Amino acid sequence: MQFDTPAATNPIDQLKVVGRPIHRIDGQLKTTGRAMYAYEWHDPNTPYAYGYPVGAAIAKGRIKSIDVSAAKKAPGVLAVVTTLDVGELKKGQFNTAKLFGGDRVQHYHQAIAVVVAQTFEQARAAAALVRVDYVVEKGAFDLEKAKDSAIEPAAKPGEAPPDTAVGDFDAAFASAPVTLDETYTTPDQSHCMMEPHASIAAWNGDKLTVWTSSQMIDWWRSDLATTLGIDKEKLHLMSPFIGGGFGGKLFLRADAVLAAFGAKAAGRPVKVALPRPLMANNTTHRPATIQRIRIGAGRDGRIAAIAHESWSGDLPGGGLETAVNQTRLLYAGAHRMTAMRLATLDLAEGNAMRAPGEAPGLMALEIAIDEIAEKLDMDPVQFRILNDTQVDPENPKRPFSHRNLIGCLEVGAERFGWSQRGRPGARRDGNWLIGLGVAAAFRNNLLIPSGARVRLDREGIVTVETDMTDIGTGSYTIIAQTAAEMLGLPIEKVAVHLGDSHFPVSAGSGGQFGGNCSTAGVYAACVKLREAIAQKLGFNSDDVVFENGEVRSGNRSVRLAEAAGSDGLVGEDTIQWGDLSETHQQSTFGAHFVEVGVDVATGESRIRRMLAVCAAGRILNPITARSQVIGAMTMGVGGALSEELAVDTRSGFFVNHDLAGYEVPVHADIPHQEVIFMDETDPMSSPMKAKGVGELGLCGVSAAIANAIYNATGIRVRHYPITLDKLIGGLPDVA
Amino acid sequence: MQSLIQLEISRRDLLISSAATVAVSGVAAEAAAQSPGNAMTYTTKISFTINGEIRDLDVDNRVTLLDVLREHLHLTGTKKGCDHGQCGACTVLVAGRRINSCLTLAVMHEGEQITTIEGLGEPGNLHPMQAAFVKHDGFQCGYCTPGQICSSVAVLEEIKADIPSHVTGDLTTQVQLTPGEIRERMSGNICRCGAYSNIVDAITEVAGTKT
Ligand code: FES
Ligand code: FES
Repeated sequence: MQFDTPAATNPIDQLKVVGRPIHRIDGQLKTTGRAMYAYEWHDPNTPYAYGYPVGAAIAKGRIKSIDVSAAKKAPGVLAVVTTLDVGELKKGQFNTAKLFGGDRVQHYHQAIAVVVAQTFEQARAAAALVRVDYVVEKGAFDLEKAKDSAIEPAAKPGEAPPDTAVGDFDAAFASAPVTLDETYTTPDQSHCMMEPHASIAAWNGDKLTVWTSSQMIDWWRSDLATTLGIDKEKLHLMSPFIGGGFGGKLFLRADAVLAAFGAKAAGRPVKVALPRPLMANNTTHRPATIQRIRIGAGRDGRIAAIAHESWSGDLPGGGLETAVNQTRLLYAGAHRMTAMRLATLDLAEGNAMRAPGEAPGLMALEIAIDEIAEKLDMDPVQFRILNDTQVDPENPKRPFSHRNLIGCLEVGAERFGWSQRGRPGARRDGNWLIGLGVAAAFRNNLLIPSGARVRLDREGIVTVETDMTDIGTGSYTIIAQTAAEMLGLPIEKVAVHLGDSHFPVSAGSGGQFGGNCSTAGVYAACVKLREAIAQKLGFNSDDVVFENGEVRSGNRSVRLAEAAGSDGLVGEDTIQWGDLSETHQQSTFGAHFVEVGVDVATGESRIRRMLAVCAAGRILNPITARSQVIGAMTMGVGGALSEELAVDTRSGFFVNHDLAGYEVPVHADIPHQEVIFMDETDPMSSPMKAKGVGELGLCGVSAAIANAIYNATGIRVRHYPITLDKLIGGLPDVA
Repeated sequence: MQSLIQLEISRRDLLISSAATVAVSGVAAEAAAQSPGNAMTYTTKISFTINGEIRDLDVDNRVTLLDVLREHLHLTGTKKGCDHGQCGACTVLVAGRRINSCLTLAVMHEGEQITTIEGLGEPGNLHPMQAAFVKHDGFQCGYCTPGQICSSVAVLEEIKADIPSHVTGDLTTQVQLTPGEIRERMSGNICRCGAYSNIVDAITEVAGTKT
């Protein structure tokens, strides 16, 4: 189905199942421990072996030799495969650093061997016996130092250019009566999904079956086939349950490659999970940024000039952290410029983590907005409302498909009691300095083709098959809701099978596009199935109604089970996107409100209240959508207060590479959270009229917290995370 | 008097002999005398009750309780998030108390009663805590969830037993079941999906109190 005109009224608009607060259909499996994740597949007749990875102990250089003699002799060992044994491998399309193979070490903990043994304990013990002789080379690990050598990378096809400019920023900024020019930094961050990357690989002749933990089945399948040098058709990938990804499982990882090589060498299926302490340096992370923001405003509070520049680093061949993206679209202003520069760093590969670009970009921009509003003596909510735009400010002929940022700010301010906010440092509750903060949320709506197959059987059961994944987002449930709505069935009559490369290729889970795109693909397949049913019954497909398990046309009606016949009926299709996202800017909007308390003696910040208001098109399921948003808000708390991969700039690695050193929020850090969804649809986005919320919920949260801390203490911290050492010197004396 | 040499047993020897040396003094000398290649016991026979069923196993002394559950008994509901006691995904109940099963060796649990997520309930017959997690959407990816649920069940028992926590105010009165107490006690169970707010709602409902 080609989606190239805005959606008219369609069966989804009935909202009998879609849009309802339906509990997850996989909820009982997950809460009883019966959902099977990658490492857990088990065939009692298969003698699985265990692979334990070895990571490089240098950040950059060459491996001279690897001595595996002791490891090979260790009890239970079946095989040892080293990066020298396999030699150079072709790199997958989506990987920057190679995952395995060859003598080069590009980053710390890059996989250099896998030890396969009969048991996990044997493999782990033997892996410690592998001896490696390295030639160490000097690397660059410090973004601040590398900043001046950063270059303007070539624009990648289909991606936003590194630089944009409209009007005359310099002149407008120079003549603006009120100006801000500040620099902000965000640190490297780690996804820390709870399920480590894991794969089981089983060869059958030249065919390979892999159970893995992947957000994007087809990308993985292509890249694993490329890396192993086998035909993609010979590769069967399954990932029905994924223990979180957040972008860390978008691209093929080393566990799958090591499992495949290990299984070949050992002659039996091999399981490999990345040990937690290997994950931060072996896989990808959100790159640190240095961001300079300049805003010039008139005394009336209108932005006259706005500039956002960002520096980030990555391995050679890598990409930018696109932290200026939202600044191109979020606020009005006639004179503007953005620029991004890329430094070469020899840390692990920088890549997508939940809301890449916007998450760190808004961490900086939304503090800057708070600062300029204060300079203007304006309320920051009012400042944002005044500077709203309904068109793409770099290209005013291009309107937004639907934009209700103002509604989010107004509803949020009202619900949160924003009027209680006082001057910085003015409110106190015992030992706690109390502050309120706000930030806008913004994230683009991306459209990716997505396919599905829908079968109707003679029992009247509809089964959806698509390689879409559910990484906790609720895909199982919203896909079932979509099929149920389209075919006039209760949700109990729909079965959903996901994450299998035998199924039609879907959008996958990323960029908050999965929910809208994958359900649109299921919509398209259901349209095909409806046509097949109507045609079989000789009904005119224009006036058929699917309702209560029946298909009706005029005064004829037939039960779906009967219509299916003994062979059943199938509909399969892929949603393809026209140019609606070019003619119209499609984005999602929100406002985050936060109340913090800062301990006047210790500088400890605690979140007391949080509210998110989101305008993101139709909400397909308010339960799962709300969970996406509260989860994202939680990640934003980590980003504001504690999360930072500490770089050892001498040896070139992230030091705090486990869950004890890298501090993600825990229960005690998170208060009760409120989420409000604006009641809206966006007919330009898809037949579902939905957009995404999974990343929107993170965008702006950390800045809202930073602004609340400023309001509580009068201390402006521009360098994340806002730990107490950055506050304590500025706190009032405790008498 | 024991010579110094006899006390300098390596970590590896300790691991190998740990099961054999429980509560027996003087065995260290014997362990130190062993060298690789001699007849050593790498495995130990153990028997414990899991979810009401007696299981007899012969396990590598190094196997954690977590890996016995997951890799030997295929009770994969108990999750491995870190293997280092940092995340709580592996929480199970041993004699009614919650522990991180990755931080304890299987051989240390001879004769004990162990309950895992599979033992609390099953699809169609959920434990009240499991049902409350579904109702309040106290999870997303589901990977931390079995640990959260096992922990939640034990937390309510701990509060009932009047065991204080870091945030308990008055130690002379019964510990109150407040959201603050729940959050503090649940803080060893990380949920990167960030379902905390909903998890507290679920636990609160099962506890029969209001937030
Ligand atoms: S797996 Fe045991 S605490 Fe993380
Ligand atoms: S549900 Fe994913 S980590 Fe808790």
